[in-house]
Amino acid sequence: MINWQFTLHPDHTINLDTNDRTLARLLEEKEPTSRICMACGSCGGTCTAAQFEPVSFRHILLMVRRGETESVRSELTKCMYCGKCTLVCPRGVNTRHILALLRTMLIN
Amino acid sequence: MHTRKHILVIGGGVAGMESAIHLCDMGYEVTLIEKQDQLGGHVLKWDFLFPDHRPAYEITNELCPAVEEKATIKLQTEVKNIVRQNGHFEVALSDGEKLTADALLVATGFDLFDAHKKEEYGYGIYDNVITAAELEERFQNKIPIRTAAGKKPARVGFVHCVGSRDEKVGNEYCSKVCCVTAVKQAMRVRESLPGCEVFCFYMDLRMFGRYFEDLYREAQEKWGVQFIRGRLSEAAEDIDQRIIVKLEDTLAGRPLRMAVDLLVLLTGFVPSEGTRRMATMLNLPLGNDRFIKPSDEHLRRNLTPVPGVFVTGASAGPRSISESISDARAAALEIAAWFNNSSQHAI
Amino acid sequence: MKIEGKRALWREYQKAIADDHYFYVRSCVRQTFFPGAEKAFIEIMKNRLGKDLYEEPIHTTCTGIAYHSDIVPLETTMTVVARQFALMTENGYENLAVSCVTSFGVYSEVLETWHHFPETEEKTREMLWKATRREFKKPANVAHASDILYKFRDQIAAQAVYPLINRHTGQPLRVVEHIGCHYAKMFPHKGVGGAEYPYVLVGMIESWGGEVVDYPERRHCCGFGFRQYLIQANRGYTFSNTKKKFDSMAPYKPDMIITNCPGCPMFLDRGQYAIAELEGITYGENGYGIPVFTFEEVAGLVLGFDPWDLGLQFHQVAVEPLLDKMGIPYDPAMKYAGSGGKFIGSPELPEVLKC
Repeated sequence: MINWQFTLHPDHTINLDTNDRTLARLLEEKEPTSRICMACGSCGGTCTAAQFEPVSFRHILLMVRRGETESVRSELTKCMYCGKCTLVCPRGVNTRHILALLRTMLIN
Repeated sequence: MHTRKHILVIGGGVAGMESAIHLCDMGYEVTLIEKQDQLGGHVLKWDFLFPDHRPAYEITNELCPAVEEKATIKLQTEVKNIVRQNGHFEVALSDGEKLTADALLVATGFDLFDAHKKEEYGYGIYDNVITAAELEERFQNKIPIRTAAGKKPARVGFVHCVGSRDEKVGNEYCSKVCCVTAVKQAMRVRESLPGCEVFCFYMDLRMFGRYFEDLYREAQEKWGVQFIRGRLSEAAEDIDQRIIVKLEDTLAGRPLRMAVDLLVLLTGFVPSEGTRRMATMLNLPLGNDRFIKPSDEHLRRNLTPVPGVFVTGASAGPRSISESISDARAAALEIAAWFNNSSQHAI
Repeated sequence: MKIEGKRALWREYQKAIADDHYFYVRSCVRQTFFPGAEKAFIEIMKNRLGKDLYEEPIHTTCTGIAYHSDIVPLETTMTVVARQFALMTENGYENLAVSCVTSFGVYSEVLETWHHFPETEEKTREMLWKATRREFKKPANVAHASDILYKFRDQIAAQAVYPLINRHTGQPLRVVEHIGCHYAKMFPHKGVGGAEYPYVLVGMIESWGGEVVDYPERRHCCGFGFRQYLIQANRGYTFSNTKKKFDSMAPYKPDMIITNCPGCPMFLDRGQYAIAELEGITYGENGYGIPVFTFEEVAGLVLGFDPWDLGLQFHQVAVEPLLDKMGIPYDPAMKYAGSGGKFIGSPELPEVLKC
């Protein structure tokens, strides 16, 4: 057996041809405001948890919509459901509901 | 013998027509020349307009008869030569006619950026890469949106900023109206093809005008148009003639790739061939975007440093139709003010 | 794909290529990886095309690999390049014919730098004089060796013994062309056909009877990338990129790959072995690989050179399936026979990739 001392790298590209975006579609049905985020980052700026942990509602929603679901599991557990993100969102995205739905769909 | 001041308006698009109408209403004698065989300019090729989706023909239906009634119209006519003499312009036209004008209004507008120049997007090479103008033509002629092979597209991508904000093609400026045009067209594609996924690839969404933000929101909320922030780095064709696009999803901080069945390029504005010719012929200064530079960007937007030469519409930079129309009225007033100030005798 | 669209673009990227009297500078690695390639080029130039081509034995590396690996400073590269020019000048030549794509990039980059920053040229002249007492004239023409065979492609086609046609089916062979990054990506106007749709190899394939395969990752790097390959631990990047290309071209079922760079065929050829061992994937028919060639080797095959004289036994991917398709006769017993007919030893066969 050859010891190559290296392996091939998994593709780091977000591939929208192969990624499964079913969860994003389900989320749109249950919470239509998940479509209208404009990525301003108000949510992450105000987030209580984000000041101590790597978590961003904007990032979670984006990754779910790109079908990169696995990458947000641990991020989702950081949310404390204080609701400041919902309060601050300029587009009326129901952030807290989305986080709760995702937690149910992905973790529980 | 002229008893009234005579103004030559060069260019019969919305700006030229609107200025001509108002100059006539103020009592001036106006000749409007247009190089095409029809008045209207670019608007003729648009199906419907942002932000309210009104049919584009409503604009030309109002302006064309009004200007035809009031001004002398010369179609398929271009300026061959201009000589300034005793405070007048002696103008030789392409049909051999010579006329004398007291003022010139340059309304020669823009051309769409030639998409072939963005070689990496494969326009003219890949079967399923088209421009926004070609898509609009399909809307206008009620041609269903299909791939080159005649299939219903399952995915359509819109590329913003093609030939704009791009030093590589020598155009560093924003063309201003492409963002909202992409959103307008994306919604129409979704409306006409239920089940088709539509993506907009943008660098910044410049929703500058009134109601434009509403369009953006409606595109997301009602039509599910997906916006991916990143500039297309390249497009390639796969074995099924789908277009593989590569870009960075800058909000995710990762490269992204996907296949689309149809890729629409939002080509920006460049100074038209006529604008470039007029600028050279009349020695008009240009901005760093190569559009005509007015004497004062705030207070004298239609005046040029050459006495008696005025500019309006997209020859002085990318503009929407409504902006061109406002600008054209302003140009008419600017010309009147110049006549009143520069000569003691009124019209 | 609209070929007329490509042709319109190709017309905009024409370059001047000298038509005789070349000063030939070799590649460091082409002779090691594909030992018959440069020999075939010289043979074709001198004896098939009747051109004057001179090779100076004391010319050196252009420093390209060291330059792209941040091992030598730019001043050193410029001085070494200046010495090559000095050798050319001393021998009475002014048309540089460059075997290596990276060298071609280095020569182009140095000349461009001197053009925009004339003080760097002056400094280089001074350093060369101090170090070697040599002086030089800048070349009148710099062409990559593939530019030159492209220029004479139709003359080669006129002498073709085995065109790029599958003799069993009568159909053109499906050929993938791969262009080295340093050929035109730095200076699109210095490459025949530009950077996005290079024509240099396409022209040869068309002229010699083949059909060009354009696939989504055509523009992608072979994976070499210099510093990533030179460090063993980073070689996973190399073959991950190589694999990306093969995954993308596989649906088109190409018969062969032609390259113009000395490094690319190494990574596309040997890479198929590495990918087969690491991932268990092969890309050719029946467990074989897709044969990979340098443009000189392909020109040699088309002109009827003996495959073993061309050094094709040094390829990792077996070339025999392609030779069979082209109808080129070969003696399997002579594959590993040295110049005197003496057996030079045969390589161990890999486990996954059929050879």
